[in-house]
Amino acid sequence: MNVNKSLLPLINPLSKDNPVIVQVLGICSALAVTAKLEPALVMTISVTAVLALANVIISLLRNTIPTSIRIIVQLVVVAALVVIVDQVLKAWNYEVSKALSVFIGLIITNCIIMGRLEAFAMSNRPWASFLDGIGNGLGYGIILVIVAFFRELLGSGTLFGCQVIPQWCYDHGYQNNGMMILPPMALITVACIIWVHRSRNKDLQE
Amino acid sequence: MNRQSNLYTIIYSTILVIVVGVVLSVVYQALRPQQLENMANDTKRQILASARIIPSENQTISDLYSSHIKDSYIVNSEGQKIDSDKDPFDVNVSLEVKKPAAERLLPVFECTTENGLKYIVPVYGAGLWGPIWGYLAFDSNGDTIYGAYFAHQGETPGLGAEIEKPQFCNQFEGKDIFSKSGEFMSVSVVKVGKEPADKAWVHAVSGGTITSQGVQSMLFNSLEPYSAFFLNLKAATPETNMTASEPVPTFESAENVGVELILLNHKIPRL
Repeated sequence: MNVNKSLLPLINPLSKDNPVIVQVLGICSALAVTAKLEPALVMTISVTAVLALANVIISLLRNTIPTSIRIIVQLVVVAALVVIVDQVLKAWNYEVSKALSVFIGLIITNCIIMGRLEAFAMSNRPWASFLDGIGNGLGYGIILVIVAFFRELLGSGTLFGCQVIPQWCYDHGYQNNGMMILPPMALITVACIIWVHRSRNKDLQE
Repeated sequence: MNRQSNLYTIIYSTILVIVVGVVLSVVYQALRPQQLENMANDTKRQILASARIIPSENQTISDLYSSHIKDSYIVNSEGQKIDSDKDPFDVNVSLEVKKPAAERLLPVFECTTENGLKYIVPVYGAGLWGPIWGYLAFDSNGDTIYGAYFAHQGETPGLGAEIEKPQFCNQFEGKDIFSKSGEFMSVSVVKVGKEPADKAWVHAVSGGTITSQGVQSMLFNSLEPYSAFFLNLKAATPETNMTASEPVPTFESAENVGVELILLNHKIPRL
């Protein structure tokens, strides 16, 4: 594919260098928020926003940060951003903030954010870092939404809370798979996605 | 300046922390009024939801609230109104349920609906992962549940979290919390096939056993102190019902039959 080189930080994380299924980061939150589609989607937006902003800020500060405390500086910036996102949601979109309550705080512990700050923003210019943040946020989000789609469909028979499996299926003995709601099935779904992805990208196979 | 020196590191971290601290305080202060209003509106929405009042598109919650909630007051466990300068809306139910029943402040909201006057009371308890709470609207007989609203902080989505869904809440409509003899029974939350015969019940959420048990004990603990208040309401209702509605004619006809029997008895010896 012929892509402008400056856009690579945005394109790569979507598939070839996906944070969840290639780098296997951020797995814990992929378990926590994927039982339903809606929280998965809002989590995607929040993580993308925090990651892009944190990447830009760290990239601007990268030449001033003392090496001995660089991880602490990154954490302080991420934590401050997450608190701001949480406060803004509470003031402007109270419904969503209620639905996500604890998950917003959990963004701080998302390994992808620390990973991108340390691996990319510390050594790249702000614009590239911004694209990298957006790309990784969306790469993370794609997997989240795919996993949440299957878990909500098979586990609850709904999508975005609307019933999609018709009643006559239940009348003929179909049952929701309660196992899909439980966290382990998120791992198995992620594993299936990795399987499909690897078999289509031979160069990623080890 | 040497960027690896201790002095630089200390100055850097101090400045960073101060800047972040200032930014966060400014954001917090700037957004606080809006957040408090959102929280108050959310509580009002929950109170109204228990009386089956759902705001439409162009209505603000606070308007709807002031047009339906005509009166609110605090009662004690003996059912008497307390003269308190505290607004019933501001009573922190999560703290009240921890006190012994006799010391609790028990808020009551009187709500006018299309089906008459309803009494709304808050309930609060513990689920599996965190607090659960809700509001129950009672008919003016102080016994029958008119509507229920439940919410939770972080129950498992798809399992315990289902207590906030209409499928669960709507089961409560029409349930009586007192037995026929006037004893407080609350409402049981039970598995299919374990329905008790002597008290009102609803079906538990499958897969949400702990949360369902939490709902059951929340209802019992939070409603029990209201017993006296509800019994007062209950005692006040039969009189008004007797004069106005169905029981009266049957009572009269029974009396008439009795009178005729007496006349017959009188007649028989004469014949």
